[in-house]
Amino acid sequence: MSDKILQISNPVLSISNLSIAYGKDKYAVKDVTADVKRNAITAIMGPSGCGKSTLLRAINRMHELYPNIHTQGEIKLNGESIYGISTTKLRRKIGMVFQRPNPFPTMSIYENVIAGYNLNGSKLKKSEKDEIVESSLTDVGLLDEVKDSLNKKGNFLSGGQQQRLCVARALAFKPDVILMDEPTSALDPLSTAKIEDLLVELKEHYTIILVTHNMSQAARISDNAMFMYLGELVEYDKTKVMFTNPKDSRTEGYLTGKFG
Amino acid sequence: MASEKIIKNLLKASSVIILLIFAGMAYSMIRGAIPAFKEFGLFGFIFSTDWNPTEGKESYGALPFIAGTVITSLLALIICFPLAFSTSLFIAEYFRKTKIATILSTLVDLLAGVPSIVYGLWGFYTIRPLIAELGYSGQGYGIFTSGLILAIMIIPYATSISNEIISMVPNELKEAAYSLGATRMEVIFSVILPNARSGLVAGYILALGRALGETMAVTMLIGNANIIPTGLFSPGNTMASVIANQFGEADGLKLSSLIAIGLLLFAVTAIVNSIGKIIIRKYA
Amino acid sequence: MEREAIIGEKDHSNWRELKNRLFFGTVVVLAGITISPILLIVYKLLAKGLKQINFDFFLKVAPDTLQAMTAVRNGEIIPGGIANGITGTILMVVVASLIAIPVSIVIGIFLYENQGKKYANLIRSLTDILQGVPSVVLGLIAYIWIVQGVTKGFSALAGSVALAIMMLPLIIRSTEETMKMIPISIKEAGAALGVPYHKIILKVMIPSGFSGLMTGILLSISRVLGETAPLMLTTLGSTTINFNITKPTSAVPLQIWEFYNNPNMIDLVWSSSLFLMGFVLTLNIIAKRISMKYS
Repeated sequence: MSDKILQISNPVLSISNLSIAYGKDKYAVKDVTADVKRNAITAIMGPSGCGKSTLLRAINRMHELYPNIHTQGEIKLNGESIYGISTTKLRRKIGMVFQRPNPFPTMSIYENVIAGYNLNGSKLKKSEKDEIVESSLTDVGLLDEVKDSLNKKGNFLSGGQQQRLCVARALAFKPDVILMDEPTSALDPLSTAKIEDLLVELKEHYTIILVTHNMSQAARISDNAMFMYLGELVEYDKTKVMFTNPKDSRTEGYLTGKFG
Repeated sequence: MASEKIIKNLLKASSVIILLIFAGMAYSMIRGAIPAFKEFGLFGFIFSTDWNPTEGKESYGALPFIAGTVITSLLALIICFPLAFSTSLFIAEYFRKTKIATILSTLVDLLAGVPSIVYGLWGFYTIRPLIAELGYSGQGYGIFTSGLILAIMIIPYATSISNEIISMVPNELKEAAYSLGATRMEVIFSVILPNARSGLVAGYILALGRALGETMAVTMLIGNANIIPTGLFSPGNTMASVIANQFGEADGLKLSSLIAIGLLLFAVTAIVNSIGKIIIRKYA
Repeated sequence: MEREAIIGEKDHSNWRELKNRLFFGTVVVLAGITISPILLIVYKLLAKGLKQINFDFFLKVAPDTLQAMTAVRNGEIIPGGIANGITGTILMVVVASLIAIPVSIVIGIFLYENQGKKYANLIRSLTDILQGVPSVVLGLIAYIWIVQGVTKGFSALAGSVALAIMMLPLIIRSTEETMKMIPISIKEAGAALGVPYHKIILKVMIPSGFSGLMTGILLSISRVLGETAPLMLTTLGSTTINFNITKPTSAVPLQIWEFYNNPNMIDLVWSSSLFLMGFVLTLNIIAKRISMKYS
């Protein structure tokens, strides 16, 4: 393997030779092989249209929701193929947070946190639910802000609070991996800073994969970083190394703002 | 500018036509209905089940027709719902933006273009014999047959609104549910349905408004018996169809009674449609 | 991972997946059932009606009962056609259009020019309610206004008035929607050149929205072409071709009704229905084509 790809021992995820095409031959992801480190933040960077979102969505098989998608290659979660279990089960092990905060507007804050369990039809005891809601909201630092309005709809929350609610919703399952698709791109700087702090705290217990178009964000909070260009994984290294000493000229060009 | 003022006033004056039509309709129908209301009393007319045109013993009441209208329309709505809702899910969710969805929605649109009398014919020659086969209602006329045809007739009205409402549910919400492990069906029932609810309700209310006033197809299938329906397969009559049926030979008190029924029908459809529009406007 | 354990036992994921598939299957089946009537109706009309369609069908008036009976008895196709109905329908739709189109376009422009104003909102709501009024009720109105009040007898004019009231709301709302879709910059460009207001409407707004207006008009015509109930109450029908709007007149849907009620003429029911529906659907499709081209 080329020295441009970081090697990781005991990875939580290992992606091998993954290619994804829309239609017959429009490849969004080309032959990507990479392992993801446990309890760390891995950033995926690249100019728009480079395939970073598609790669992220392939990890919980969300990309399969859309027609005409062809996937080749393998992804293993803790050594087990993600294609060997149902998407239902997979997505409970791999949580996701989206670009724009998307709490369910018809549900209360409480119901939003527990939504995953309700959607999966599991009938929990009230005490179990309370415990999950409380600990999830505590984890994202939202409990104090909303504890008096748990049964209200979340539409009065600020964008940043809504996004933290969405993180809590994903945490409720205690997933192995949390995928984040530019989670701060719709937020103001203050809320962004709060989410970034949160992510750094969360990595103690979770593995986070973060797609971002914001290089300084990747530099601030990620441990490892991937750089994708035109569907290829160009370079994958420790973030510090990549930002100070990129091995590929395309990475260097991107990081120095020549394109993207 | 002078010309601008003239034009603006002209535009405004033209809008008065709508007011005049409404006022004229209300005036003419109330005036036409007064003899019947005077003879039988407003409530007496609405709640009487008599329909006796024999000279000297004339007596008219609207209750059988009100009952027939309400029952056939509600039945139509009940039959229409699973069909229209499934069609909307097919067009606006499962096969969204695909060719097959376009074909399906074109065919549904064509349903709206079929004249009422053609539905009546088809119902008479195709559906009615099938119902008769069931053996519940001799010749196959009645409430159920009419409700079934009405259901088909209102499907395009119900689907056109639900298609729009369902496709308006933000993709982000659906993805959020999928990312939590929900199946598509669970996404439909937990995300799409709650988010689209009031729009769907409005769509079915407007479809109900259509069913209430349908005339020809019902006239040809309901059996035209001036009684309160006694069961699902009982014959009956509706407000719209009794007007069409009995108008030819009507004068005097009978004509006035038919106009009174028309007035009631007008009021009911106006109320139902207004409720539907208000919900849509609030929602949009 | 204790939470996955909680849900793991109660996951039922196979059962959920099965339910998901069953639901999808149900949706497809029910959607199929929904569209089957249109296919069955078209098939039935073609199968039963095509054989009666010939030149006479368009050129001759409806036969009398005796002629039809003789033909049926001899196993021949029924002579005559629906020329009295076709001419009557054309007459009434033309008159209704002449009444409804200019008025509706002007009112539609009024609504467009007065967005958000209370009085205009009232007019818009009334227009919506008018659209929901059952056609048989409009038949009653036209009977009271025209048959009793003007022509003192059943007449094509009364039918036209009923149809015109049906057309009004459809054209008004489509005019307003069309106007809304014209970029405001086009209007402003006219105003910036100092073009007077009425000329902006006549020379800029109406031409730019022409295809939208056309779609609305054609759709409204296709809506009223098949109307039967209001004509039963107003124009009565006629066995001859008539172009006098103060006299009773036939119409294709009225003829279908007459054929339906006459056991000897059953074959004509199908051909005239086929003709009517073909006409209505063609107009519909033309209207949709125009609107697609436009947008």
